[in-house]
Amino acid sequence: MAEAQPIVPPLAIPQEREGARPFVQVLHDWIVTVDHKRLGIMYFSYGVLALVVGGIEASIMRAQLAFANNNLVSPEVFNRLFTMHGTTMIFFAAMPIVFGIANYLTPLMIGARDMAFPRLNAWGFWMTAFGGIILYFSFVGGFGLYGAGSAPDVGWFAYAPLTSPAFSVGHSTDYWTIGLLLSGFGSIATGLNIMTTVLCMRGPGMKLSRMPMLTWLNTVMAFLVLLAIGPLTAAQLMLLVDRYLGGHFFDTQAGGSAVIWMHFFWIFGHPEVYILVLPAFGVLSEVIPVFSRKPIFGYSIMVAATVAIGFISLSVWAHHMFTVGMTSYANAFFVASTAAIAVPTGIKIFNWIGTMWGGKITFKTPMLFSVAGVAQMLIAGLTGIMLSAAPFDWQLGNSYFVIAHFHYVIVGVIVFGAFSAAYYWYPKVTGRMFNETLGKTHFWLFLIGFHMTFDFMHIPGILGMPRRIYTYEASRGWETWNLIVTIGVIFQALGVLVWVFNFISSDFKGKLAGNDPWDAWTLEWSTTSPPPDYNFAELPVVRSRRPLWDLKHPEDPDWKYE
Amino acid sequence: MAAATVTVPQTDMPLSANLRGKVGMWCLIIAESSIFLIFVVAYLYYAGKSATGPTPAQVLDIPYFASFCLFASSGTIWLAERALHRGKVKQFGLFWFLTLALGVTFLVETGIEWDRLIYHLPNGASLTISTNLFGTTYYSLVGLHAFHVTVGAIGLTTILLLTLFGAVKQEHAERVSVFGMYWHFVDVIWIVVLSVVYIITR
Amino acid sequence: MGAWLELCSRLSTVLGPMSRSTNCESQNSTLYRLARRTALLLPALSVVYAPLMSASSWGPSSTPSIFKPDSTPALDIHHLSLFVMSMCLAIFLVVFSLIVYCIVKFRKKPGDDDHEPPQIYGSNQVELAWTVIPILIVVVLFLAAARVIHAVEDAQFPPNTIEVTATGHQFWWEFQYPAYSITTSSGRQVLTTANELHVPVSDKDHPTPTHIILLSADTDHSFWVPQLAGKIDLIPNRRNEMWIDPHDVGHYVGQCAQYCGTQHAKMLLNVFVDTPEDFQKWVQQQKQPAVVSDQVAAGRKVFETNACMNCHTITGTIANGRFGPDLTHLMSRTTIASGVAPNTQDNLTLWIKNPDALKPGCLMPAMQLEDKDVTALVAYLMSLQ
Repeated sequence: MAEAQPIVPPLAIPQEREGARPFVQVLHDWIVTVDHKRLGIMYFSYGVLALVVGGIEASIMRAQLAFANNNLVSPEVFNRLFTMHGTTMIFFAAMPIVFGIANYLTPLMIGARDMAFPRLNAWGFWMTAFGGIILYFSFVGGFGLYGAGSAPDVGWFAYAPLTSPAFSVGHSTDYWTIGLLLSGFGSIATGLNIMTTVLCMRGPGMKLSRMPMLTWLNTVMAFLVLLAIGPLTAAQLMLLVDRYLGGHFFDTQAGGSAVIWMHFFWIFGHPEVYILVLPAFGVLSEVIPVFSRKPIFGYSIMVAATVAIGFISLSVWAHHMFTVGMTSYANAFFVASTAAIAVPTGIKIFNWIGTMWGGKITFKTPMLFSVAGVAQMLIAGLTGIMLSAAPFDWQLGNSYFVIAHFHYVIVGVIVFGAFSAAYYWYPKVTGRMFNETLGKTHFWLFLIGFHMTFDFMHIPGILGMPRRIYTYEASRGWETWNLIVTIGVIFQALGVLVWVFNFISSDFKGKLAGNDPWDAWTLEWSTTSPPPDYNFAELPVVRSRRPLWDLKHPEDPDWKYE
Repeated sequence: MAAATVTVPQTDMPLSANLRGKVGMWCLIIAESSIFLIFVVAYLYYAGKSATGPTPAQVLDIPYFASFCLFASSGTIWLAERALHRGKVKQFGLFWFLTLALGVTFLVETGIEWDRLIYHLPNGASLTISTNLFGTTYYSLVGLHAFHVTVGAIGLTTILLLTLFGAVKQEHAERVSVFGMYWHFVDVIWIVVLSVVYIITR
Repeated sequence: MGAWLELCSRLSTVLGPMSRSTNCESQNSTLYRLARRTALLLPALSVVYAPLMSASSWGPSSTPSIFKPDSTPALDIHHLSLFVMSMCLAIFLVVFSLIVYCIVKFRKKPGDDDHEPPQIYGSNQVELAWTVIPILIVVVLFLAAARVIHAVEDAQFPPNTIEVTATGHQFWWEFQYPAYSITTSSGRQVLTTANELHVPVSDKDHPTPTHIILLSADTDHSFWVPQLAGKIDLIPNRRNEMWIDPHDVGHYVGQCAQYCGTQHAKMLLNVFVDTPEDFQKWVQQQKQPAVVSDQVAAGRKVFETNACMNCHTITGTIANGRFGPDLTHLMSRTTIASGVAPNTQDNLTLWIKNPDALKPGCLMPAMQLEDKDVTALVAYLMSLQ
């Protein structure tokens, strides 16, 4: 057998600074690009922008709720804020961030030159971006007094019949519907692209069983996208039929059903949150092994657990509807399916611990965020178990306990995962190292703020505070907790500011990173930082799950043990 | 330094990149199926629950001719693909045109039926999308399918025009059959709609 | 305890041959120490739970905590919740300590050589263990939850159950007692009140639960009084039901828990649990048609000649609107506008002049009446005992 020589790619030469060319030309290149790396950066940046906008909306809400009977904003404005906050964060912050990471890394991780359909990729991005613009145009064009526009105020899940023409006058709700329809088409395009790329475009030797964990998780995510976005699209088309063609899908006055909207929405809505969290799991599964200096513990089981989560997630939706008055048999079924999904999720947590066990852990910024993500997934999963017990949900459902639970997942795991990914792959994307001290500062600020806000948020829920209320009575005893929750926001905002500053300044001043600053093992680290347009000059031979480990340790390669 | 030349066993190769059109189209079919599934579920859920107005049994006739046209068009498109595979571009063009004609006939038949339901029911009755739950779910489901047939017809026309300009050749057979998959999918959806709307719940 | 130690020892033996180093001994002793500590914790926890489980009635509180149940459905939920939470706490303590252990013990030490640690790919036995144990936990959880679901949802009611029909409106609650009616010259009307629900206390030996049917006149709402029961939604075109059997007399609070529009936040619930005698007295009072008094005839005229009567009902008069709350016995309620403000003359005046001052975005229009009309009207309303 011929000895595998280590690949020596060209030295990492920082690319010519963008400012050297006319700005218009640079702008044009980015707008017409079909390169998955640029689209990945655009998706991710769009997501971060939306994260900031959604964060501002949340901050105003938290300021309003810090004191009982506060009147910082009117109920109308508050109701628009929570609607826009939820919609923005899910569809225009989290999804683009997830798609950005998937788009940038998938071809690099499997040894391909680009995604299967580069132009479709660009189309998907612009549909998503445009959908967000339409949503925010509602501030100008929606319903309001005296011809002023205003945003939708029906909640991010837009329950019927609140969205019927009778209760939702004007066009605010339609901006919600159409914005999400457009971005939904973009999401389906991305899901299709990821699935096809993974199935058809892998480099030689890259069997499915050798793909990096993140790629596996992105594949299951893509599968869920293909199945789950359809129900939302269908429900929204039905809503448009109701609102504009006189249809009666959700028209309770004509015998229609409000509950069927809930079914359709949550058949989308629950897989949606797995679409968001699986890639975060993937990031954790890439970062933790590298910084523990060990392979992921139980790769096959991790993949199997992922696939199991994907399938089970399609069957749990009505745990969002435990209070709707379904029969005891229906309620019991959804308790079973929801609790069942805890098993593969728990397996993942144990496997991450198993990866760290016996390793040599270095706590660079990506690892800090990933380990915090594991611990927070543990807590979020456990509060999820509590909510899965339907009678317990009869008390906790639709209260601040639920808000605390899902923010624990979305911020504590998904956003932490996004931060971890950002720090981990920043050297690859930009070619420079970020400032580690600022990174750690970001971590501690954000960690403190996150826990101040979302740990204490469970308590008002237990004390009877429902969600989506613009204010509350002083006599309820919720005020102190709400104040603490609000103060936590300040730390999170500061953390995000530090992060953005770090990334921008490091792009100019950071130390050159080289191909493989973390001594990692997957294919993206074999090419330059940033990668050339064509990704790889030559592909390393892939004979195991860690091709670069094999190259660096020819005396003890992985393929002997797999 | 050159990379080591190690031959990679065939089992280690992925699906060929040539298959990505087919795989991509399967993904689109899965996504579209989930949209249709929800419309079918809504139709079934509301079957028999209309408070007023015409019922399916009263006004729906099984569309034999339209269905025949659509099913036949699946046959003609298959014949067209086979012809192009063998390099017989003229034959391909002929069958392709037939497919388009049959598809358009289906759409025309649908239009005629809708016209009858809206304007020409006996006793002054009328079934529109806002008449009752049956009207809403019927027009939405059948309309969504007809929309997909229309999109398919536009695609068929485009490829037909390209064929007439001589731009379609034997090497495009694979791509054309990817489009053919879409047309077959539209047909399969019609089988479902036909069974659910016109047979089972009528 | 023995099983736990057995598991730990198997863990270490299993990890041994699969690893490429020989650190087993130190891992063994740490695991043993962890296991022993955890096992000692369990009896300590049960000391904490005993008082929580034995408290059978907390009394009403202005803070509607779900951990202060005062009615059987809430109690059943509470017991289930204690079970689930203790299970979750145990899982958390075990797993979180493992995470902390990892980040402390397996940190790269300064001055460490840069050899990679043993590359372990997995362990079938360990993975089997941590698949089987969660499955068992999930099965137990499911059984516990299913039992309570059945107990609450499929309960049978004794013959002296009080029947109430609650209808949700934007942004107030309508309560009807189908068993009672008001007889007037124009016929019989079912006893209807708004926003404040009166029910009798339920004795454990001779229970008198209240069975509530939940309907909606417009959009989705949810009835949530945490100390008395879990919440169930009020959905238009759908009939839901729930039941409560309060164990203590007093005033329980809650509010609408499903976003229903602008003033969802102020759709408050006030449930007054009365002694059986007080409850009968209340019913008797509510069964009377509206008080008629000549002193307030002017105000009554204002009411009946303005749009008020189109939305509100006052039994025994020509006012029979159903869009707004029934005002027949308005002064028997402690608050107005669904709990937003105390029921006083000043608040009534303000409410009629400018409802948005108390509840911005509510559906009560400002009536644009002259001040003298408002004064007369309020005097009339205050006569409606």
